[in-house]
Amino acid sequence: MDQSTQRMENFQRNDGIPLRTEAFEAVQVNLSAVERRAATLPTRRSVKKEYQAAWLVKALTCIDLTTLAGDDTPGRVQRLCAKAMRPLSDELVEGLGLTDAPPKVGAVCVYPAMVPAAVKALAGSGIPVASVATGFPAGLTPLPQRLAEIRYAVDQGAHEIDIVINRQLVFSQDWQALYDEVAAMREACGAAHLKAILATGDLKTLRNVYKASMVAMQAGADFIKTSTGKEDVNATLPVSLVMLRALRDYGEETGFKIGFKPAGGLKTAKDAMNWLFLMKEELGRRWLEPDLFRIGASSLLGDIERQLEHFVTGRYSAAYRHPLA
Amino acid sequence: MALIKDILQTMEYGPSPESNEHVIAWLGQHEGGFGHFIDGKFTDPSAGASFEVTSPANGAKLARVARGTADDVDRAVTAATRAFKSWSKLAGHERARHLYALARHIQKRERFLAVLESMDNGKPIRESRDIDIPLVARHFYHHAGWAELIESELPGYQPVGVCGQVIPWNFPLLMLAWKIAPALAAGNTVVLKPAEQTPLTALAFAEICREAGLPDGVVNIVTGEGETGAALVGHPGVAKVAFTGSTEVGRIIRRTTAGSGKKLSLELGGKSPFIVFEDADLDSAVEGLVDAIWFNQGEVCCAGSRLLVQEGIAEKCYAKLRARMATLRVGDPLDKSTDIGAVVSTEQLERIGALVAKGRQEGAEVFQPSIPMPAKGCFFPPTLMTGVEPASTVATVEIFGPVLVAMTFRTPDEAVALANNTRFGLAASIWSENINRSLDLAARVKAGVVWINATNLFDAAAGFGGYRESGFGREGGLEGLYEYLVPGHGKPAKSAKTGKPQLNAAPSPTAIAASAEPIDRTAKLYIGGKQARPDSGYSYAVTNPSGKTVGLAGLGNRKDIRNAVEAAAKAGSWGAATGHNRAQILYYIAENLSARAAEFEARLRAMTGASAKDAAEEVATTIRRAFFYAGFADKYDGAVHATKSRHVTLAMNEPFGIMGIVCPDETPLLGFVSLLMPALAVGNRVVAVPSARYPLAATDFYQLLDTSDVPAGVVSIVTGETASLAKTLAEHDEVAALWDFGSTTDAATIEAASAGNLKPVWIGGSRDWTSSDGQGREFLRRATQVKNIWVPYGE
Repeated sequence: MDQSTQRMENFQRNDGIPLRTEAFEAVQVNLSAVERRAATLPTRRSVKKEYQAAWLVKALTCIDLTTLAGDDTPGRVQRLCAKAMRPLSDELVEGLGLTDAPPKVGAVCVYPAMVPAAVKALAGSGIPVASVATGFPAGLTPLPQRLAEIRYAVDQGAHEIDIVINRQLVFSQDWQALYDEVAAMREACGAAHLKAILATGDLKTLRNVYKASMVAMQAGADFIKTSTGKEDVNATLPVSLVMLRALRDYGEETGFKIGFKPAGGLKTAKDAMNWLFLMKEELGRRWLEPDLFRIGASSLLGDIERQLEHFVTGRYSAAYRHPLA
Repeated sequence: MALIKDILQTMEYGPSPESNEHVIAWLGQHEGGFGHFIDGKFTDPSAGASFEVTSPANGAKLARVARGTADDVDRAVTAATRAFKSWSKLAGHERARHLYALARHIQKRERFLAVLESMDNGKPIRESRDIDIPLVARHFYHHAGWAELIESELPGYQPVGVCGQVIPWNFPLLMLAWKIAPALAAGNTVVLKPAEQTPLTALAFAEICREAGLPDGVVNIVTGEGETGAALVGHPGVAKVAFTGSTEVGRIIRRTTAGSGKKLSLELGGKSPFIVFEDADLDSAVEGLVDAIWFNQGEVCCAGSRLLVQEGIAEKCYAKLRARMATLRVGDPLDKSTDIGAVVSTEQLERIGALVAKGRQEGAEVFQPSIPMPAKGCFFPPTLMTGVEPASTVATVEIFGPVLVAMTFRTPDEAVALANNTRFGLAASIWSENINRSLDLAARVKAGVVWINATNLFDAAAGFGGYRESGFGREGGLEGLYEYLVPGHGKPAKSAKTGKPQLNAAPSPTAIAASAEPIDRTAKLYIGGKQARPDSGYSYAVTNPSGKTVGLAGLGNRKDIRNAVEAAAKAGSWGAATGHNRAQILYYIAENLSARAAEFEARLRAMTGASAKDAAEEVATTIRRAFFYAGFADKYDGAVHATKSRHVTLAMNEPFGIMGIVCPDETPLLGFVSLLMPALAVGNRVVAVPSARYPLAATDFYQLLDTSDVPAGVVSIVTGETASLAKTLAEHDEVAALWDFGSTTDAATIEAASAGNLKPVWIGGSRDWTSSDGQGREFLRRATQVKNIWVPYGE
């Protein structure tokens, strides 16, 4: 089957639907069974040689290159953006046969105050700027301030807003309140895409993960995202699997395609492969493109670069040979 | 080479071959063929006939292997017999060191063995690499532990002798490990015949035995086909036969070993239910099905091949399943991205195809995803058959291929009924997030292994084996170890066999009554809680050793056995009663016996000629024995095996259901009660055939049963000609286990007759019932079958 045509097809943005708790309240998720699937999935698929190189390039194009540190400065963000636009050296790009269309990362992800610097640095590159917002990472700022933060980031030129959900509403199973908050955030985003961070490490149970995923999608999220990167446990394959199942169920019910973003903890090229396998096996080829799949990471790019250099040169590379992000 | 920019469009996986150069080189070294591994050496491969071993994935020749003759088998058994003398006397610790060395060597050769296994069998490298071979090593490690511990943990137990082991082609090396590791740990030596389709890893294992320094003759491998296996199973030097394979061949082995005195364990076929309730995690259940029926091409004896799905979610389940099937990859077993490899042989491929065609013809709807299939080689696509009825061929026959048949149910009761509507009873998988429902089903389903919200979990510490025609005996864990041990021998009974009594149904002109009882007593049969006249209408005279008639006993026949079994079938609640309740009733029997001790003593004296002292002693011992098993009724616990983390693996001792018990002549009251009580204590219903010579203590006993609140049908007593009654019990499909301690029965006849439903038969032999040999855990163990229930947990 030629799936390449599928990739190009655009799709309608998720408008959300009215809150429908029947879609998730009775959900059953068996932890041990989910873990078994997640544990064997990476062992069921393997890519080698040029296929491996291509899959690594694909992973690279799905990266939300991220800096979310208290010591971020416009200078650091500029450096990150430079790397985002030219993640691979010309030699590597040539060696991969990709000179016609050199790969670049999916987006650059920063704090709201850094959005102006990122927008400026990425001008003309086609790389979207993503901003976290809504009192990231705890999400416990009063709602008006959280919404104002979104509007600020959008005003400054952010194309994507990574919001965090209010975890206490999940613990209290107050789905209406959660729905209303996310819907308000979606409205505040306007044309910018909303990526809903569930902070799954805080939610603990996989049923909570499924339910929160569903509420976020019903409220109009364009992406659902695992983690802020600041929880004790960030993206894991079992959590991701449950989110993908929710995403698939929502798609079957509404016809909307929702994107998925694991974040935090994906550090190696092998990690990236595992998530790509997960996407392809659970959702299909279409979900291997940056409009439906992102990886929130900062150090992953370096490992991918090293692996690609090995593919091109046949030698194992060292970290210092690659420009800092 | 594909261009990266093109791959970026298709995002295909591309080829990912596992290198097999080391295996190819090894096969090249053996280009001249493989001989048998006997007494630590390989025989000359050119010495006799041989056959070709090919790769099912591409038909390529892999090797030539010797076809074992009866002489080869004899040489191997001789070597094993010789090796047994020293191996069985080694300290457990020494044997443990050898098993440990084997485990270590297997680990060091793990990839070699995985690749070889995939080439020979056709299974995907992912499975041989991640499942088969790690489990092989685990099995040897686990049993290294048993070798060390047997002396202290199982005092008095001894190895059986030379084990003849015949294994199938679906998990070649893993089945070898399941057979050899416990045998060696227990101090036995082995002659193993691998399947003719897949002998290569066994031969590699033989080399590993040498490499690891295992003493010569402890492990012998003889390759060959069915005839070789038959020669091994039939060899008189073999003391224990272990077989894994088809129920059909298992039945033949049961018949051919009948009466030989060989210990036997059979791990046979299955048609295991995979039950999905409406409150299951459906996506996970679908993944479970992938692991159940598309694992190892469905060539798994415990494959969840019968999907039973609750009506309300059936269509949703099928839709998810069909979508999932479309992502399965069928192809080169050595490709790391292959989910389903090659079926083992063209014969098997044809058989699967024929059964699917038959299913279609019988009205099933057949779904196969449109996925790429290899152009040649033995490949069969993943297949789902819906619209299947319990009466369909494909719903009853083991297909042993990647074919799932699906049926629906409405209620938990119906799920149980459908699940148990099979001759087999190997495994079951139950999917529900409700623990009450899950455990209820686990308890009610007739299967030796039950997985809750999981499937095909294996571990060396857990027992594996079937109910019903899936065989008997367990592999793995303590319960599996018993298959390779025998309890220490006590002294046989004091009284020698006195030959077959004449059961005269006609009045005798020379009869002399031993004593005139105040009022003539009539010993009837006891069936379904009622005294019953024998169907034949005949009675026979019971005479004491001096030839005097002491009474008449009913001459029961096969119809009486039938009636007794029917009554027992209606008394199923006995097995569900608490151990405490059963204990109370057993105590009550003892109490009532005690109250009537004098009467029973008088009966024994008159009937057997026992002295007053001996008769009093027999009655007193009988009362103690009843107490012994009353005490055990709530104490014969199962176990929780240490398998995987976050899994409770329960080993539950379950009653067989209906047992036949044929009682000895010796100490006729004590012998009868010594067999009856353990069977009852663990929840069996019993059809007992008392000693034909001395039946009257047993027939007196039914009055005790009546007065002790034993529910109707729990015990039936049929007197008469022992051999024919025992044979009827052996043949009866509803009788799930048989103990034959009869003094005049023929073990060969009984064991051969048991092949119908493959019930385990215990030929008890003569023993001194007054000694400690007359009671103990062995009786309880023989009265139960272990069900392993795997309960993964986590939130």
